Amino acid sequence: MKTQQNKKEQIAPKVVARGVNVYYGEKQALFQVKLEVPHRRVTSLIGPSGCGKSTFLRCINRMNDVIAGCRVEGSITIDGLDVSSLDAVALRARIGMVFQKPNPFPKSIYENVAYGVRIHGLADTKDEMDAIVRRSLARAGLAREVSERLNDPAYSLSGGQQQRLCIARAIALQPELILMDEPCSSLDPIATARIENLIAELSRNYTILIVTHSMQQAARVSHRTVFFHLGRVIESGETTQVFTNPKRKQTERYITGRIG
Amino acid sequence: MKYSDISNRRVDQRLKRRQRAERRYRLYGQVAITLALLFLLMFFASIITRAVPAFYYHRVNLTLELSPKVFAGRQGEPLPRKITERQAKSLMEDAIALELGALAQRERLRRALIAPLAALELKQLLEKEAEVRHRLGDRLLLPFVLNSAGENCIRNACANSAEVDDFGLSEGQRQALSILHKRGLITRHFNLVFFTHSDSRSSESAGILGALLGSFWALLIAFLLAFPLGLFTAIHLQEFAPRNRLTYLIEVAIYNLAAVPSIVFGLLGLAIFLNWWHLPRSAPLVGGMVLALMTLPTIVVASRNALAAVAGGIRSAGLALGASRVQVVFHHVLPSAMPGILTGTIIGMAQALGETAPLLMIGMVAFIAQAPLSPLEPATALPVQIFIWADHPDPAFSSRSAAAILVMLVFLIVMNSLAVILRRSFERSG
Ligand SMILES: Nc1ncnc2c1ncn2[C@@H]1O[C@H](COP(=O)(O)OP(=O)(O)OP(=O)(O)O)[C@@H](O)[C@H]1O
Ligand SMILES: [Mg+2]
Repeated sequence: MKTQQNKKEQIAPKVVARGVNVYYGEKQALFQVKLEVPHRRVTSLIGPSGCGKSTFLRCINRMNDVIAGCRVEGSITIDGLDVSSLDAVALRARIGMVFQKPNPFPKSIYENVAYGVRIHGLADTKDEMDAIVRRSLARAGLAREVSERLNDPAYSLSGGQQQRLCIARAIALQPELILMDEPCSSLDPIATARIENLIAELSRNYTILIVTHSMQQAARVSHRTVFFHLGRVIESGETTQVFTNPKRKQTERYITGRIG
Repeated sequence: MKYSDISNRRVDQRLKRRQRAERRYRLYGQVAITLALLFLLMFFASIITRAVPAFYYHRVNLTLELSPKVFAGRQGEPLPRKITERQAKSLMEDAIALELGALAQRERLRRALIAPLAALELKQLLEKEAEVRHRLGDRLLLPFVLNSAGENCIRNACANSAEVDDFGLSEGQRQALSILHKRGLITRHFNLVFFTHSDSRSSESAGILGALLGSFWALLIAFLLAFPLGLFTAIHLQEFAPRNRLTYLIEVAIYNLAAVPSIVFGLLGLAIFLNWWHLPRSAPLVGGMVLALMTLPTIVVASRNALAAVAGGIRSAGLALGASRVQVVFHHVLPSAMPGILTGTIIGMAQALGETAPLLMIGMVAFIAQAPLSPLEPATALPVQIFIWADHPDPAFSSRSAAAILVMLVFLIVMNSLAVILRRSFERSG
C-alpha cells in the first residue's frame, strides 16, 4: 500500500490552488490558500466550523459563481487548466459533488442517475442509458437494494440510501474529481461505514476531496489531510503524519480537542 | 422550609393560573368558531330558502283541439307546415274555454295566466310534429308554462283577496286558476330553463346560461393572460433577477397591486382597453383582460412563494451536475413548485369569478338575452347577473338571483376544493 501511494505521489497533482482569496461581499472567507490534491487519492479537509472548507470546495467547481456577492481571487488548476478559463457548465460536468444533506431530485431513482447523463448527451440509446444507470448504482453500492424499484420516487429511500444515490448520480458522469462536503453528517454509523467503504473503493479510479468533522473518518478514509483554520491552510500532509505528529500547535490542539 | 418546597408552591400557583388562562383562551376560540359557523349557517339558509323557488315552476295541462276553424281547413286534413303564433294563441284560448266552459274574456285570461313563451313553444311543437301525426280535429293534452302572475298566484295558493293582486290578476282570473288547480291540471316541474336559457324580460324564461358562458370566456381570457405572465414574472424575480433596487421596487409594486381596489382596474380597462384601443364594449375579452390584471399579483406572489419553498439542495444538485440555471429551473424547481403555483392560480381565478365591480365599468352589465358564443360578443358574467336580478321588483327574479348565487358558490367551492386537494397531494409527495 505505502509503496503504491509513493508511486502515485510522483504523478502531477490533480488540483493545484495558489493564492486563493474568497470574499463574501466585504468579508474575506479564505486567505491565500495554497494546496495540492494528489491524483487518485482521498484528501480530507478538516477544521472548525466556519473556517472555509465548503467555500474552498465550491471554488473548485465554481459553485461560488451563483452566490451573489461572492468573489474569488487566485488560481485553481485542474490538470494544469485554470478553472476560471473553462466554461462553468463543462467544468461541473467533469467534477462530481456530494452535499452534506442528501439532495436527490424529486423524481424516480432511475431519473436521478440518468439526469446528468441526459443533459450532457452522454448516452445515445435507452440501452446505453440503462447500462450507465445500473453501473453507477452498482458502484455506489446501491444496486442490490434498488434494482427492483428503479421507478420509485427517490424520496422513498432512506437517508443513507439517498446519499448513496447522490453519489451514484455524481459518478454516472465519470467525473475526474469528486467533491464531498460532509457526506456522512446526517447518517447513522452503519450508513456512514458503507459510504466510507465506498470512498475507499472509488479512490482507485477517482480523485476525492472530502470535508469532514469527524477526525476518525478523516483518519480512516483519507491519504492526505489538510487542516484549515480561520480561512487559512495551517497544515497539510500525509494523514498519518498530520494525526500522529502534527507540525503546528493549532493542528494538535484541534485534533486532540476533538478526539480527547 | 426547604428551597424546593417554596419553588414547588410557586410553580403550583403559576400552574393553576396558567391552566385557567388556557381554559379561558380555549373558550374564546370556541365562541368565535361557533359564531362564525352560525353566521355561515344563516347565510346559507337564507340563500337556499330564497333560491329554492327558482328551481321549479308550474305548467297547466290543457286539452287542445286542433280545430279546423283556426286553420281555415277541413276536418281530417293534415296540419299546415307553418303555424303563426296568433293561431297557437287561439288554440290555447279555445283549450281554456273547453276546460272552464264558455268564457267571455278568454283572451284576457290566457294573457293573464299563461306565459308568452308557451305560445311559441306550442307553435314550434306543432310545426315539428305536423307531418308526422296530427290532423285537424285531433285532441292533444299539452302542458303550458304559466306566466309570472299565474305562477305567483299558484305559489300563494291563489289566496290573495285583493280586487286586483300585485301582478294584475283579477278576482275572476284567480278563481279560474284555482279551479284548474283543484282539477289537478297544474303540475310542478324542475326548472331546466334556468340552466339552458339566458336572461329574459319574463322571469319564466330567464336563465343563467348566458352569464355562465360570459364568466367562462372572461375567466379563460384572464387565465391565458395572467398565468403565463404571472408565472414568468415570478420565475424571473425569484430565480434570475439580481437583488437590487430595481427588482426590489418591482416587488413592492406587485405586492401593492394586490391591494388595489378592483374597481380601479375597471376604470383602467375603460380608459385603455375601450376608449384608447377601441376593443368591443361589454365583451368578455375586455372583462378577461381586466380580471387578468387583477389576478396577476395573486399569481405572482403565490408562484414566488412556491418557488422559494423548493428546497435549495435541488438547485445546487442540478448546478453541480453541470445543468445551466435555466435547466435547473425548468427541469427541477418548476415541477416541484407547480402544485403551489396552480393552487395560487386557482384561488386567483376563484376571486376573479366573483368579481363584479370592474366588469360594471367596462359595460358587462347590460340586458343580454343571447348566450355569447365567443369572447367578442356582448355578455354579462355570473356575479353581474346576480346583481341585475337582485333588485328586480318581480320576486321570481330575486329568487333566480339567489339561485345564481348558489350556482356561483358551487363553482367557487369546487375550485377551492381543487386547490386544497392539489396542496394536499403536494404535501404528501413533497
Ligand atoms: N453564502 C454566503 N454568504 C456570506 N457568507 C458566507 C456564505 N457562505 C459562507 N460564508 C462565510 O464564509 C465563512 C466560511 O464558510 P464555510 O461554509 O466555507 O465554512 P465551513 O468550513 O464549511 O463550515 P462548516 O464546517 O460549518 O460547514 C464563514 O464565516 C461563513 O459565514
Ligand atoms: Mg461547510
